[in-house]
Formats: sequence, structure tokens, C-alpha cells
Amino acid sequence: MEHILEMKNITKRFPGVVANDAITLGIRKGEIHSLVGENGSGKSTLMSILYGLYHADSGEILFKGKKVEIGDSRAAIDLGLGMVFQHFMLVDTLTVAENVILRAEPARYRFVDYRQAQNTVKKLASDYGLRVDPRARISDISVGQQQRVEILKALYRHAQILILDEPTAVLTPQETEELFQVMRNLKQQGTTIVFITHKIKEVLAISDRVSVLRRGKLMGTRNTAETNHRELAEMVVGREVLLRVEKKPSEPRETVASIAGLTVKDRRGTTMVKDVSLEVRSGEVLGIAGVEGNGQQQLVEAITGLIKPEAGKVMLHGQPIQKLSPMNIKKRGVSYIPEDRHKRGLILDYNVADNLILGLHTQHPFVERYLFRNEKQIDEHARRLVADYDIRPTDIRQIVRTFSGGNQQKVVVAREFSRKPQFLICSQPTRGLDIGAIEFIHQEIIRQRDQGTAVLLVSAELDEILSLSDRIAVMYEGRIVTVLPAAESDERRLGYLMLGGDLHRTEGVEIGTSAE
Amino acid sequence: MELQQSSYSSRDLLVPVVSVILALLAGSVFILIVGENPVAAYRVLFVESFGSVRNIATTLQRATPLMFTGMAVAFAFRCGMFNIGAEGQLYVGAIVAAIVGVSFANLPRLIHLPLAVLAGMAAGGVWALVPGILKAKLGVHEVINTIMMNFVAYYLTDYLVTGPFHGGRWAPETDRVFPTAALARIFPPTRLNSGILLALVAIGVVYVILWKTRTGYEIRAVGLNPTAAEYGGISVSRNMILAMGISGALASLAGVEQVLGVHGRFIQRFSPELGFVGIAVALLGKNHPVGVFFAAILFGALRTGGAAMDRLTDVPRELVVIIQAMIIMLVAADELTRGLLRRRRTV
Ligand SMILES: Nc1ncnc2c1ncn2[C@@H]1O[C@H](COP(=O)(O)OP(=O)(O)OP(=O)(O)O)[C@@H](O)[C@H]1O
Ligand SMILES: [Mg+2]
Repeated sequence: MEHILEMKNITKRFPGVVANDAITLGIRKGEIHSLVGENGSGKSTLMSILYGLYHADSGEILFKGKKVEIGDSRAAIDLGLGMVFQHFMLVDTLTVAENVILRAEPARYRFVDYRQAQNTVKKLASDYGLRVDPRARISDISVGQQQRVEILKALYRHAQILILDEPTAVLTPQETEELFQVMRNLKQQGTTIVFITHKIKEVLAISDRVSVLRRGKLMGTRNTAETNHRELAEMVVGREVLLRVEKKPSEPRETVASIAGLTVKDRRGTTMVKDVSLEVRSGEVLGIAGVEGNGQQQLVEAITGLIKPEAGKVMLHGQPIQKLSPMNIKKRGVSYIPEDRHKRGLILDYNVADNLILGLHTQHPFVERYLFRNEKQIDEHARRLVADYDIRPTDIRQIVRTFSGGNQQKVVVAREFSRKPQFLICSQPTRGLDIGAIEFIHQEIIRQRDQGTAVLLVSAELDEILSLSDRIAVMYEGRIVTVLPAAESDERRLGYLMLGGDLHRTEGVEIGTSAE
Repeated sequence: MELQQSSYSSRDLLVPVVSVILALLAGSVFILIVGENPVAAYRVLFVESFGSVRNIATTLQRATPLMFTGMAVAFAFRCGMFNIGAEGQLYVGAIVAAIVGVSFANLPRLIHLPLAVLAGMAAGGVWALVPGILKAKLGVHEVINTIMMNFVAYYLTDYLVTGPFHGGRWAPETDRVFPTAALARIFPPTRLNSGILLALVAIGVVYVILWKTRTGYEIRAVGLNPTAAEYGGISVSRNMILAMGISGALASLAGVEQVLGVHGRFIQRFSPELGFVGIAVALLGKNHPVGVFFAAILFGALRTGGAAMDRLTDVPRELVVIIQAMIIMLVAADELTRGLLRRRRTV
């Protein structure tokens, strides 16, 4: 079959790593081609080379059989390439339509023709089923909608080849399904799509062919119809992976954290958490299932002291902590993996060593004489965690911004797990991680549990909730609708509850806690 | 999008150095327009600022207050704030140092001088705390408030120097400070004084605070990512207030040095916009104390050499202002300068 795009022997080195190692890959016209591989295996780098953001050290690119030089993204756009990045590049204060036309504005007598812009955007959106209001401001729309804007931007520039870098990492299951529908529409109209993901389920569901990268090398390309979950997982990781978490039944002991009547408003003043009461015990994982945006984030930020609750109590070992500062809450043994690692979890322009002490930076042994940094201890700590958590690259002086998304997450996880917490809060702990890393983090969460840590797990991935939790609380519109023992839950039942369904018409019965 | 380097490296030096060279090239066009030979004019500029030990001393003297104001701006910037109030802070520091300097007749030098310096620093620090607190607690933008505080400082010192602390002479200035409060001249007849040593110490201290202490770790974290800092248990407001206080204290040292080391008294509106030039110094020095040191020397040299060029050639001293402005624009348009370089390389 005809290749619309071919990469031949592409090699790209960064200081200390070969990000792409002699990769030869052909993309066929009109196909959906998945690209999978571990964190840091070079997927984003390879696509950035196609899009003209990086320049390959060697190798060539053929477009419709002819050799091309893609010097910058302009050249890529002119060839008909469009890219949606792992981290979006939209102007928050502009509207959807303004973002779409940015740097390609329709002009009338040298003035931007906003009317025409809006109409074009509206038409594009409806042609491809990309539901979004052209007049809405970017800062007011959801992440899923922002992604549609990115896709519209590419289509507006007549992209024939669309590259999507981990588009589903930030989407809810429903939004993912909508995205797939859009991708199918695009394919039908002749667009070629390169789709990067860590989720093999998605690869099998949507793509025609799939290529696997590992440590910068191409491991092979398969027709999706002729492969399966197990084979792909092994190709990605290079060994057999456990597709299920192995764990013993939990042995919950005393209550570590208890939350009573917690009510929290977000920064705009909307009440996001309504009278929530929960208990988490030593040695158990309490999962919170729910569609994102139902108050989970505010709940967790109130527990960790980042937002002050309107009402209610948070008790740790029987002591109220809701009035304490985030630092004092940390010092009492609360660890927290935040859902947004760029906004909360990391100082991207700090190096690995400095990020690994964030929140510990005031404590022994990282400071001496109250004020001075103990560089030796800081470095030692960093080297130990980099080795223990397999953070790559291993240079502790490298700026975290240059790390692949998955390795950035490992920095956060390493820091929070290594503090030996009594209460561990994990919010979307495996977002953007490869299957090998997910397996690792899941095992670590269970290990923490078995050592007696109380774990609160918030995740939009039902699989994750189901395989890790001992009890599952379902959150809907700011309330805990119900708490179930994990043994009594399954995907269907949770999915129903998460969307506001009612299991037992008896109001507010907490099956899980009352049954024990 | 080029790759990000891990720490400060030759890459960070690139833009400032290239900007200075380009600015000098652009300046030579103006020199040609005036009808002079650029090579000869720049030769005068260089010789008069670095050509002899005495000229070097003059250059260092001109650079000293800029080191302080440059570091003041840089320090606040590291915490994510733009301190445009260095000018006002230095006036407040200067008047307080002068008041202490003229007040105590029989104090030993070992007490009087440190007292005057510290009092000046404290005054400038407190002056800057006001916009710092307003920013941290109420979210009022510090640019507005630091500018406003400048005007308050001008008129307050105008009043003090023409009213209660007006000296014995007709001019709007205080009396001479007692010799026990003066910063010693170290290279007469130039006015280079021990303030330069104070500046070197301050550069060292700022470096240590920013990169070797937990306080610096917190301040830089707030500057780079306040939401992540907050998550890391760092108090954003406390660090903003602290950074503004330190920034103000640094700025005030420029005024202290001028009063105790150069003029020997407070003179109404003595500052040739040292506080504002400090912004340019910080910018060119990439907000790093060592960078600020060299940037201040460059700006000091331009002033010294510019005055000489004005005397010895037909090139007016305003050329120096043009060059300074060009440097600022080129450094500020960092990406543009990089872009120019890149294009040049590929052609
Ligand atoms: N700008 C850069 N400077 C230095 N190293 C880099 C840079 N960009 C990427 N790298 C390194 O190149 C390697 C490949 O990174 P890349 O971002 O392509 O991985 P990825 O496959 O997209 O991973 P993920 O799934 O985590 O997003 C990593 O080791 C990364 O640290
Ligand atoms: Mg990537």
C-alpha cells in the first residue's frame, strides 16, 4: 500500500540519551497508525522531528515518495501535517475561534475578519463532529474541549496527516469515546492519523496498524487485527507484564484519617464538595470513583490544606488538621500525589535533585543550621530515589522540564512514596504512564498498604480503582453516593453510580462501612 | 524550540554578549551620522573607562550603586516580582543614612558607620515591604505600588532635606555626615570608596541566599511556579514579602553608598535614575548576581567613557543612552536575538 510519509533511519541524540535510534517507519495514506512505547522511548521526539520542532541528527523523511526537509513547523504545516501536543499550546485568554485562526487569520482589508473566522470554525466543527462553542474562552472550557480546539486548529490548516500525542491521557472514558468517533469521521474523509497512547485497549479499538518503540528503537509494526493485548504489552516492556495486580486481602487496622461533614468551595465560590464523610484505615486502600470534576480535586486539596474547607473536619489519628498549613499537614505524615504534575507536583525548571526534596526541603538532613542546604545529603537522596524508582535519564542535575511525561510522574511518585507516609493520597497516580511503570506504581501502592499506610486513591480509570481498592466510594456532584466493598463492585455497577444512578432507593446507606 | 540546558551555561551568556556587540554596532551608525570615526570614538570610550588604573577606579565607582540596584531588581524577580521601586527605596535609605550620619557627634567609627548603613538598609527594606505585603495579602500588583512608593519617597525626602534636616548651606542638602560615618575613599582622587567592598559582599551574600539556603530554594520556587510551591508547603505570601524586603534593603544600599561614600551628604534628587538603570542591569545580568556584577561594570564604563567622549570628540554623550537602550531592547527581545543568530548560522 502507498506510504504518504516515510521516515528512514532517523537518529536523534540528546545529551546522555539516544532518543531515536535509526528508526525506519512508514505511514500509509488514510490509516490510523498507533505509536506505543514506554515513557521516554522517543515517541514525542520522533513526532517532533516530523513536525519540524527538532532536527534529526541523521536520516531522511519522504513525503509521498519525495525527500523533504522539514526545517520548522511552518514547513510541516505546508506539507499538510497537524499536531496536537501532549501539553496543549492554546492562548487561555482568547476564544476558541481566535485560537483556531491564530497566525492564519482570514483578513478583510487587512483587518481580521472575526465573523468569517467564527463561521469557518463552526462549519469545521460540525463537519467532523467536534462539539465546541467558537465564542467560548479557552480558560472556561474543559480539557476535552481544549483538545478539540487543538484538532480544529490542525484541520483549519488543511492537515491531511494528524498527529495526536497521548490525547486520551487527559480524557474521561466518555470523552475518549467521543474522540474515537471524531477520529473515525476524519479517517472516512481521508485523513491519516498517527495516534500515541499508553493504553493497549485503545490501540486495539481504533487503529489499523501499530508500531512499538523501546529505548529509542523500533521494535516492530503489526496489523492490529493480527495481534493481541499480551503480545503488544510484551513488545512495549520487553518482558511479560502482570495485567492484574497481585495482592493479598487487606488487613485494615485502626482509623488513620477521618473526614466528617466536609464542605468545600472552589476558587469561584461554587460548592464542589458537599457534606462528605469518609474514613480511611491503616492497611487499606479506599478508592474514590467518579467522573472527573465531581469534586474529587477539591476534596483532596482540602485534606492536604491547599484549600480551606467551608465546614467540616479532617482528623488524622484523632487530631483535627483542617486548620493547619500544607507544610504542617505534610509533617504529620500525609503524602500527596497531585493530579496535575505541571501545576502542582513539580517545579519544571528545577533539576531532579531539587524536585525530589520539594516539601522536605526544610527538614533534616537536607538543611543544617536551620538555613543552609546540605548538598551532599540532597544529592545522595536524589541518587537513591533515581535508582530505586528507575527514573530516566539518571542525571540528577538535569532540569525536569526536559523529561518525558512518564519520568516526570516518577519523580513525584518517588518523592511522595519515599517519605514513609501514614496517610497517602494518590490522585490519578498513573496518568500518562506506560504499562511497565503502571505495574510498578500499583505494586508500590499495595506495598505501602501492606506496611500499614492508609491510602486514598482518586482515579478516573475504573480499572485502576477496581484492581487496587479494598473499598470504593463513588463521588457524584460533590457527594459520596455510596461506599461499596471492592468485592461487591464491578465496572458496570460503578459506571452507573458515577453517572448519578441510584442502586438502592434507600437514601444514603453506606453499605461498605455499615456492613463491617 | 531549542532544548533546555540544565544549568547556566555558555548559552546564557550568548544573548547578553551578542546584544552588547550589536548595540555597539548600531551605535557606530550614529557616530557616522555625526561625522566621526566609530573606531576612534569607541577607542576613546574604552581608554577613558579602562585605560588606566585611575579610569578603572572611576568606572568601578560608577558601577557600585548599579550593582546594588541591579541586584535588588534581580532578587525580587527571582521571586516572580518586578520591583520598579528601587529608586524610591534608595532615596529612603539615603536620607536615613544621612540623618544617622549627621546626628551622633562622638560615636566611634566602628559603631557609627555600621549604624548608618544598617539604618539605611532597614529603611529601604521597610519601604519595599509595603508593596510586598499589598501584593502578598491583597494581590495588588507590585508594579503599580512600587512606582507609587517612588513618588512618596521623592516628596518625603524633598521635605526632609529642605525642612527638618536642611543643612547650613543654601543648597537643598543636609550637612556633611561626620567622618565617623563616612565610607572611606580607597583610590583618591577618584570617589571610589569602600562601598564597592560592600557591593562585593552583597553579591556573595545574595548568591549564597539564593542557591545555598532553604530560603533561596523557597524564593526561587515561588518565582518559578507558585502553585507547586504552595503544594510543597512553601508559603507564597511570606516569601514574597521577604523577597521584597531584601530587595528594598539592597536597593537602599545604593543610596547609602552615594551619601556616605560619594557626596558625603544627602542632596535633593541626587540620583541619576540609578534605580531604573538597575532594571536594565538586572536584565542584562540575567538576574544572576555575577551577571549583575559585570553588567553594572559595563554600564558604569559607558557612563565614564561617554562623558569623556563628549569632551574629546564630536560624539554627544547621549550616544551612551542610545547604546544602553539598544542593549535593553535586544536582551528583552531575547527570542528575537536568538532568532537572528540562528538565521545567520543557517544562511
Ligand atoms: N529537550 C530535551 N532535552 C534533553 N533530553 C530530552 C529532550 N526531549 C526529550 N529528551 C529525552 O529523550 C528521551 C525521549 O523522550 P520523549 O519525550 O520522546 O519520550 P516519550 O516516548 O514521548 O515518553 P512519554 O510517554 O513519557 O511522553 C527521554 O529520555 C527524554 O528525557
Ligand atoms: Mg511523550
